[in-house]
Amino acid sequence: MKESVQYKIFKVFNVLILLLVVYVTLFPFLNVVAQSFSGEAQINAGKVGLIPQGFNVGTYQTVLKDTQFWVSYKNTVLYTVVATTISMVMTTMFAYALSKKRLAGRQFFTKFAVFTMFFSGGLIPNYILIQQLGWGNTIWAVVVPGAISVFNMLIMKSFFENIPEELEEAASIDGSSTYGTLFRIILPLSKPILATMILFYAVGNWNSWFGAFLYFDKKELFPVTLYLRNLIKGATAGLSTGATSADNLTQIAANIKSVTMVLTVLPIIMVYPFIQKYFVSGIMLGSVKQ
Amino acid sequence: MKPAVQVQKTAQNIVLPDLNVKTRTKILTVLKKDWQLYSLLVLPVIYLLVFKYLPMLGNIIAFRRFIPGGSIFGEEWVGIQYIQMFINDPTFWHVFRNTLTISSLTLLFCFPAPIIFALLLNELTSKKFKKFVQTVSYLPHFLSMVIIAGMVLQITAGNGPINALITSLGGEPIYFIQEASWFRGIYVTSEMWQGMGWGAILYLAALTNIDESLYEAAKIDGANRWKQTIHITIPGILPTIVTLLVLNIGSLMAVGFEKVLLLYNPLNYETADVISTYLYRIGLESSNFSYATAIGLFEALIGLTLVLSANAISRKLTDSSLW
Repeated sequence: MKESVQYKIFKVFNVLILLLVVYVTLFPFLNVVAQSFSGEAQINAGKVGLIPQGFNVGTYQTVLKDTQFWVSYKNTVLYTVVATTISMVMTTMFAYALSKKRLAGRQFFTKFAVFTMFFSGGLIPNYILIQQLGWGNTIWAVVVPGAISVFNMLIMKSFFENIPEELEEAASIDGSSTYGTLFRIILPLSKPILATMILFYAVGNWNSWFGAFLYFDKKELFPVTLYLRNLIKGATAGLSTGATSADNLTQIAANIKSVTMVLTVLPIIMVYPFIQKYFVSGIMLGSVKQ
Repeated sequence: MKPAVQVQKTAQNIVLPDLNVKTRTKILTVLKKDWQLYSLLVLPVIYLLVFKYLPMLGNIIAFRRFIPGGSIFGEEWVGIQYIQMFINDPTFWHVFRNTLTISSLTLLFCFPAPIIFALLLNELTSKKFKKFVQTVSYLPHFLSMVIIAGMVLQITAGNGPINALITSLGGEPIYFIQEASWFRGIYVTSEMWQGMGWGAILYLAALTNIDESLYEAAKIDGANRWKQTIHITIPGILPTIVTLLVLNIGSLMAVGFEKVLLLYNPLNYETADVISTYLYRIGLESSNFSYATAIGLFEALIGLTLVLSANAISRKLTDSSLW
């Protein structure tokens, strides 16, 4: 059956609308990149759109020479690796145990975890807890409190549940212990979900800043996101809206901010084309569960 | 006790009801045989107790006097003093209204956007172009809130691209972030920018599950594409819409705290300040922990009530509910 004229016209407009969506989505990225290569005067004059004006790489050199930037960048890498490792170990243990029907109290433990998705202690009790543990200005304050995402755990649990029971039974008849089965049979079969989970956690940890903002007041502990946050907030000079004395109240040049944004987001953009399909499949698994 | 039954108690039928065996011995037997499985639970359960349930109990300081450095459960009962405090606090009600306004506007604009986006994508003939648009649209979802805030401030700056466009059209530059009247618009627009593509994933999945033969039948009946959309496509994704609407209503109180914290300033407090940022300032800038906790507890209880009622309504209206 042939298409009506109206539908053909609609299809043309549809393509145009979606091209506009693509443009609007990408514009802020391209604008940041353009500013990072532009001169300060040209940015302040409002001349920079998608194309760098007064092209230079001097700002990159300035930022890359800043020791504080490197300290923060290394911190981000460290926190991301440690936090993701802790999360993976904890989430895998929990999800595997809960996926076993023979586990007594399975329903109870699942509900025990799910309840925390809908009700939480809130900002202040969490803050007090971390301070009481003596974790202020320590790495533990940013790598432990988010160790298990219940949402991720449920996705993983449903993946484990779909692995045929017979495989494990065969292993246990051959004398394999639970640990042995988990390491030699289950985990090798679960590579796709493990990859997805690592990415979920790693991206979240790379991007996080608020824990560090709450619990760190030593600059040498800041992750790059907090370093960037202080640059950005420094721009609204005199308007101290955050909490810390670390607020830089001097005017920070727009091109410095842009360069730092580019460098912070670069690892995410670089891996993005390879990882986004994992994210999509992860979110689909999660929704099937629900 | 029949010996035969005991002999049968192997791994496969350990759950056989045998009332003569004491529960305790049963548990011990199970633990002994299967301790490795149970050992996997230990750390996660401790984690949940310490980092999720302990702070929940820590909410008790909404009713107790708290001394920094003292017990996390406070020192002595003070009754509902802190509850009365926020009920009589005009600023609290101001931020309460702000929270509801921002979250309602977000729901109004950002909930339908992914549905429309998914429907538009669904009409594309070229698979490659569809994939390209989708891939681009997910990108903002992966950014740190700090980056989002940085981009928002840059785009809306006095000398930023939006003002460049305004002045080129002969208008006066607008200092968006310093004007209270612009905050809601900035918030909702940036939410949509960030979430529209990602939000469409589940709808796109639902769309692929619609039976192709329904469309064939409709075509034979002479229905055009618009009629097919109204009568087949939208009913096909309705369960997904309802489920996500329930989730969204459930989190109505949860305005993006990090985003507001990064974007607000004293010049736009009037519209930008929300419950979570207000309690953040009360608690962590003015060190009034108990008062801030009382506000946080109130907010969390409203949130829980919303989730539970939205879920109950969804269960009544449709078959789909979250639990």
